[in-house]
Amino acid sequence: MNQLIVSSSPHINSDETIAKIMRDVVIALIPAGVAGVYFFGARALLIIVVSVVSAILTEWAMQKLYKKPVTVDDWSAVITGILVAYNMPPTVPLWLPVIGSVIAIAIIKQAFGGLGQNFMNPALGARAILLACWPVHMTTWVAPGPDAVSTATPLEILKSGNIQNGLPTLWEAFIGNIGGCIGETSALALIIGAVYLLYRGVINWRIPISYLGTVALFTWIFGKNGFFTGNGIYNLFVGGLILGAFYMATDYATSPVTPKGQLIMGFGCGIITSIIRIYGGYPGGVTYAILIMNIVTPLIDRYTMPSIYGEVEENV
Amino acid sequence: MKLREVFTNGIFKENPVFKLVIGMCPTIAVTTAAINGIGMGLATTFVLICSNLVISLLKDFIPEKIRIPSYIVIIATFVTMVGMIMEAYLPELYDNLGIFIPLIVVNCIILARAETFASKNPPIPSMVDGLGIGLGFTLSLTILGSIREILGSGTWFNMQVMSDSYEPALIMILPAGAFITLGILTGLINRFTTKVD
Repeated sequence: MNQLIVSSSPHINSDETIAKIMRDVVIALIPAGVAGVYFFGARALLIIVVSVVSAILTEWAMQKLYKKPVTVDDWSAVITGILVAYNMPPTVPLWLPVIGSVIAIAIIKQAFGGLGQNFMNPALGARAILLACWPVHMTTWVAPGPDAVSTATPLEILKSGNIQNGLPTLWEAFIGNIGGCIGETSALALIIGAVYLLYRGVINWRIPISYLGTVALFTWIFGKNGFFTGNGIYNLFVGGLILGAFYMATDYATSPVTPKGQLIMGFGCGIITSIIRIYGGYPGGVTYAILIMNIVTPLIDRYTMPSIYGEVEENV
Repeated sequence: MKLREVFTNGIFKENPVFKLVIGMCPTIAVTTAAINGIGMGLATTFVLICSNLVISLLKDFIPEKIRIPSYIVIIATFVTMVGMIMEAYLPELYDNLGIFIPLIVVNCIILARAETFASKNPPIPSMVDGLGIGLGFTLSLTILGSIREILGSGTWFNMQVMSDSYEPALIMILPAGAFITLGILTGLINRFTTKVD
């Protein structure tokens, strides 16, 4: 029995599968959805369902069209569908999530080769396109509650500088009793999900923590009334920052694989988000920050590649 | 090569937009409406036919080393003519196309045909080549312009084609919409015209 078995790598197998990881992300996203439905009513739920169903159908149709194995049961289309819906105001007409999911899956994901091949986060790419197509639908906000009173998001209030007039308290922003997209309002619910993801080892802390830290630091330093006057902590809990930092910037296919690269990714996202929030034309910049860093991810990976064990510098 | 082959070559096999992917600057910039696509395409076609003819006639007299500047002078002459004619008779279209009319001078489709075809072939095939490539360009720009105009403005050649409840997708008349449309069209066209080995 002294036979040597030679096989190619990988040599270590685990029972981790794509479907298992993706299912964990879906579970982690549930609290935010519950919060969204609690604050904005049944219409938010309807938008989420429409979005998820159209994402799954698009994935199925595109894979049939490309004559590839159909992998709708790996939950990744479900995540994209959920995130597309989470990135919309609760008032949008129902055809908007359908178009969003089709763009996300058909153009940004499948046209570039499917799961793991997309060059940017599908849901965020779809949001950017929808924002450019139908800016009015995508920026009409309502206050939580059954009356659907139109309101401004905290970021819009901060941007206008009219802070005395109706800026929600930090506590309201934290639990989510503010205007905004379906999935982004409740920082509390998002953090509960994020802790689950960190506990399960689906994501690590580097991108989200460096992202959040950079935003808190920079929005504090470059405040409206001079240096060190901004409210960095408040900035963490408004807009799509928490949703973006934990659930979208950490997307495996579009974030660096090296630890150093992940810190750079988070730092870059933080800088761009802060610049857009403080100086930019849009109230919030999480979408564009993550998309820009998605695009430079291959570059970051190339420059943070660790040296191979045992390798020495040439010509020493 | 037969004249018919020379002609169809420019429309299908060497379609400047979908096959050679040259002349992208006007392709992306002016195709916000179908009429702009046709206008740009026909202006380019005129310049292509004329410059191909003149370059083909002069090919034995142009010294090898200064051929590119010589071609540019010839092309610029016809571009100036087409610009002045459009300004006089089609002022509205001229305003829409703006800087992209004078920029036909540096459109690489025209220089590419001068270099690869007109400088090596007799006058008649050169004119036919100019016509074929020009019409291929016009056709491509019109298709792009039509899709972008219908989705982005709900109209086609300024006629309302979508119902009133249709809300135009603004991105289609922005530059990003041009890239998305061009990418999808190029992919589809090559899918159905190229044989995979």
